[in-house]
Amino acid sequence: MKYFLQRLGFYVFTAWAAITLNFFIPRLIPGDPVQALITKYQGQLSSQAIESLYVLFGLDENGSLWSDYVDYWKQLFGGDLGLSFAFFPTPVSEVLGDSILWTLMLVGVTTILSFAIGTGLGVLAGWRRGSWTDGLLPVTTFLSSVPYFWLGIIAIYLFTGPDSFFPSGGGAEVGLVPAWDVYFIPSAIQHSLLPALTILVSSVSGWILSMRNMMVTVASEDYITVAHAKGLPERRVALSYAARNALLPNVSGFALSLGFIVGGTFLVEIVFSYPGIGFQLFQALGANDYPLMQGIFLIITISVLVANLLADIAYLLLDPRTRKEG
Amino acid sequence: MTEPVLEIRNLNVEYGLGDQAVRAVRDVNLTLHRGEVLGLAGESGSGKSTLAYGMTRLLAPPGVISGGQVIYHPEQGDPYDVLELSDAGLRRFRWAETAIVFQGAMNSLNPVHKISTQLTDVLEAHEPRMSESSRLARAREMLKLVGIAPDRMDAYPHQLSGGMRQRVMIGMALILQPQVVIMDEPTTALDVVMQRQILGQLIELRERLGFSVIFITHDLSLLVEFSNRIAIMYGGRIVEEAPAASIYRDALHPYSQGLLGSFPALRGPRRELSGIPGSPPDLKGMPAGCSFHPRCPKAFDPCGANIPVLGRPATPDGGARSVACWLHPTAEPVG
Repeated sequence: MKYFLQRLGFYVFTAWAAITLNFFIPRLIPGDPVQALITKYQGQLSSQAIESLYVLFGLDENGSLWSDYVDYWKQLFGGDLGLSFAFFPTPVSEVLGDSILWTLMLVGVTTILSFAIGTGLGVLAGWRRGSWTDGLLPVTTFLSSVPYFWLGIIAIYLFTGPDSFFPSGGGAEVGLVPAWDVYFIPSAIQHSLLPALTILVSSVSGWILSMRNMMVTVASEDYITVAHAKGLPERRVALSYAARNALLPNVSGFALSLGFIVGGTFLVEIVFSYPGIGFQLFQALGANDYPLMQGIFLIITISVLVANLLADIAYLLLDPRTRKEG
Repeated sequence: MTEPVLEIRNLNVEYGLGDQAVRAVRDVNLTLHRGEVLGLAGESGSGKSTLAYGMTRLLAPPGVISGGQVIYHPEQGDPYDVLELSDAGLRRFRWAETAIVFQGAMNSLNPVHKISTQLTDVLEAHEPRMSESSRLARAREMLKLVGIAPDRMDAYPHQLSGGMRQRVMIGMALILQPQVVIMDEPTTALDVVMQRQILGQLIELRERLGFSVIFITHDLSLLVEFSNRIAIMYGGRIVEEAPAASIYRDALHPYSQGLLGSFPALRGPRRELSGIPGSPPDLKGMPAGCSFHPRCPKAFDPCGANIPVLGRPATPDGGARSVACWLHPTAEPVG
């Protein structure tokens, strides 16, 4: 428990540091959001409009950096991340709220699936090493070294077209309103199949490889020989003795990849014009939309930290050696 | 001599296949009698552990048994060949009839499961009809037997010391009341005090429960103290086999004499410790004839030419021992 609290404290500190950096970086960039908007509207704004924009962004009162910083925290806890430029005047939190669900559904589900399938196959390949399964290894090595987005481009080239079942982009049929109904859900699933398969194919091999290698390492441990000598059923030796121990290093890898759900697959979303966080960030970059970028960075930071915390908890549950007595 | 419980006949174990194969165990004949402690000694690489893994069919690839028989005599019923058993039959045989205590006291327990889980899963596999509570009761009983407080049941291996872990392993080995317990250097990783304690306890348990022990070690002094009979291995072969006292008093094979000369006696006049010159033979390129002759101080003409057979020597106690050496040409080969 003490260990857990220590870790928690560490994560709170890291989050504070990251958010503080997030506060300072945009203020170190020359120019301000109003200037950016003025450029965007190419001088079509009247001086009153500019004045009111300054008021709107809270830039009229020249408070100290410290009071800005305190206000920033207050806003954060109120869920207020400012207004997006690109989707002006929609609040950033609303823009993010829309897109994060898309990303979580697509990348979250595929990451978990990929880990489950890859680990399962890896256990099998590691346990039956030396058999035909070893022939699959070069294929998986090849697939794991292929970048996601390239695979996506190839998939679009091969499988989409005017008569194809697979749409080439977007999150759902244009004109459908996101809702839990029979029109939207099937269309959303249909649109997600190709990006999901792309991510799955290129990420599952990594899990297979690492799990297989850990299985081979663990299989030569003394306690595996003991388990055989005890006359335990093959399944129990393979799962409860070998796989159970081989899984441990992979858990931290899995947590890391959970953290990268939000930030790791920009390119797939861009290739498939999928309306997730990555696509949003791409647009934000193009539009110099600092508040939106700040919001996305915040979400990426928090998701990486939460994923690490989950990994720590998983370790506590899975590996008794990390538990401290008392 | 009492009846045999485990007979090893002409066992050959090789690592690898074809011409590249290394013969680690060569034509070994060995009989374990009911209730005795049979010591197996030899240098590193002499094939003693391979012999143990071979007779229990636990060899890791590329090890293969290339010939021989391992006849097991169950308490009731007809003897059978362990090497002929089906996979399911082998699983039933393992631990229930022959249990093993392994070299690595530190790594023999699965680090992620509690001691109780690892004790009861044997029972679960071999006696599926046993109830959960009686399994736990049996596991507790075994811990008590080896001198570990039953409240350590819920401990994980990393919370136990090396000595305690090896005790747990011994308790685990006895949980199904096997007839044969193979000890593969069980105390090598432990300090001398702990060694003695654990072995003493084991011998005491053997007297109470009546199982037989094959005790493998490179420490001949331990064997002299704890075993009834000793077999000495060299280069994959058994070169001498005799009651422990006979080996200690007058070993016949020069290699046995060398081993005995390499540890100090507790009593008697001081003497120079000699050791054996040279190093163990390369199993890939064994010398012709007796494999020990290049290192043997007493080698003479026939040693380099022909392999000596294990046979009864022409000594007064020759009926109870055997040796493979040209110094003691045999009248009656065994095995």
